[in-house]
Amino acid sequence: MSAPLQDLRARAARAALVAFALGRRGTKAWITSPPFVVITLLFPLIFLAAFAGALSPLAHDRGFDYPGDYTTFIYGFVVLQAAAFGGVFTGYSAARDFELGFAPRIFLAVPDRSAVLAGYLLVATIRSLIAAGVVTLAALAGGMAPRCDAGQALLVAVLVVLVAVMATCWTTGIAMRLRTTRAGPLMHTPVLIAMFLTPVYVPLALLDGWLRAAASWNPLTQLVEASRALLVGTNTHLHESLAIAGLLVVLFGAWALRGIATTARGV
Amino acid sequence: MSAVGAGLSPSPVAQLATLVRQSVRRTLNDASALVVPIAFPLVILAINVAALHGVTRLPGFPTRRVVDFAIGLTFLQGALFAAIPAATDLAVDLETGFLERLAMAPVTAGVLLAARLGAVLGAGLVRCGCFLLVALAAGARVATGPGGVAALVVLELLLDAAIASVAFLVALRSRSGEVVQSLFPAFFVFLMLSSALMPRELIDMHWFRLVAEANPVSYLVEAFRSLFIDGWDVRALALGAGIAAAISLAAGLGCARGLRSAMARTG
Repeated sequence: MSAPLQDLRARAARAALVAFALGRRGTKAWITSPPFVVITLLFPLIFLAAFAGALSPLAHDRGFDYPGDYTTFIYGFVVLQAAAFGGVFTGYSAARDFELGFAPRIFLAVPDRSAVLAGYLLVATIRSLIAAGVVTLAALAGGMAPRCDAGQALLVAVLVVLVAVMATCWTTGIAMRLRTTRAGPLMHTPVLIAMFLTPVYVPLALLDGWLRAAASWNPLTQLVEASRALLVGTNTHLHESLAIAGLLVVLFGAWALRGIATTARGV
Repeated sequence: MSAVGAGLSPSPVAQLATLVRQSVRRTLNDASALVVPIAFPLVILAINVAALHGVTRLPGFPTRRVVDFAIGLTFLQGALFAAIPAATDLAVDLETGFLERLAMAPVTAGVLLAARLGAVLGAGLVRCGCFLLVALAAGARVATGPGGVAALVVLELLLDAAIASVAFLVALRSRSGEVVQSLFPAFFVFLMLSSALMPRELIDMHWFRLVAEANPVSYLVEAFRSLFIDGWDVRALALGAGIAAAISLAAGLGCARGLRSAMARTG
């Protein structure tokens, strides 16, 4: 094996170790802090309960053509929203790492900056999958009757991870540039608004005026619709949504890495 | 101030005016404290009006204009978004010792509390006007006419006083901005598990209807909504105003006691 290749492999192994260590640290910090766990889980659960509980009569409206029950329809949105929240809260953690002085020490110790991002992404993925699991159990207890097979359920989990990665890259980029938890509104507000500019309560065709136009242009709409389609056993929008998610991951990943690089230069 | 300089104790009214000015100035200096409680509920209103217009076609839905229905939630969200930062300021003043320093000045605990509340109520009036103008521009009609607008203002003030009093009580007890911030998800649960998104009579899910009926926030929302939809519904107004007044009174008494003990720690 050539020396450069060996060097590359050694660097990759070191980066993986760093990412794993950061991921373990962040996950442990989250799990051992009940308020953070509760807040991460509370919002998606409340949205699920409120929307599925209060708005189910909307399923009787003419034009509401979703083949599943209303709880499944709402779950298709809420499970992705839970993933987005997981990413947002990971961004808060990254900003807090700066306030506590942990992040600068990591930047001094780790030559490969992308390993730092990978560590945060690992935390977000674990958080989001746990949140999605809890939301799934709550939805099933609340009467959700999905008609998907195991492969389609796995694809919903893939969408969950992709949304978590997107949100984490966005919020980590903000955290790296502003380095304070006071930047919280800049992290969560765009994510919340982008999520609510999708067809949340009713299918796209039933939305009115400006919201219909906004939802049609919103790339997250494809992901929400793909998630809902998978839950009733169809793969509509799947390829488009995976392509869109991949593109957004690349864009937001570049945003986060650039933020990390700028920050690391200043340390 | 000159009275203090001359060694005289200023009258309670002068103390109150000075402290209200200080609180209002602080609110005006912090754009987010002023804009967020107005802008965010209006964004949610815009989304709900566009997304939920189909709800008006449901048999038994009380109005054909969804904005008349959705505006109730807007008033509650505005009060919530305004109260939390105001109470956080109080907690920060306790954390940093500003309140203890005030204890050495000739100012009574009651005046301090009234000044904080006065600033919240002043901002509430501005917010109420903004919400009303936007709702009217979006096609809402106040079924109760000009008298209803006056009742709306009274309800808004009672609501602001209720939510702010609870938040102040938590600030005084905890002396922690973080704890006050955690009130947001707690209030949010009450807000979402209410009849804010659907009239109680039309809620399909039995468990959700029971929760909404037991939730006092349902009656607060319905009081606001009744002025737009039903005309003078004395029962709805009395329930909403009564609940807000009872919460204000109970939390206000707790605040007065908490503030006295907070200031006595220095004395």
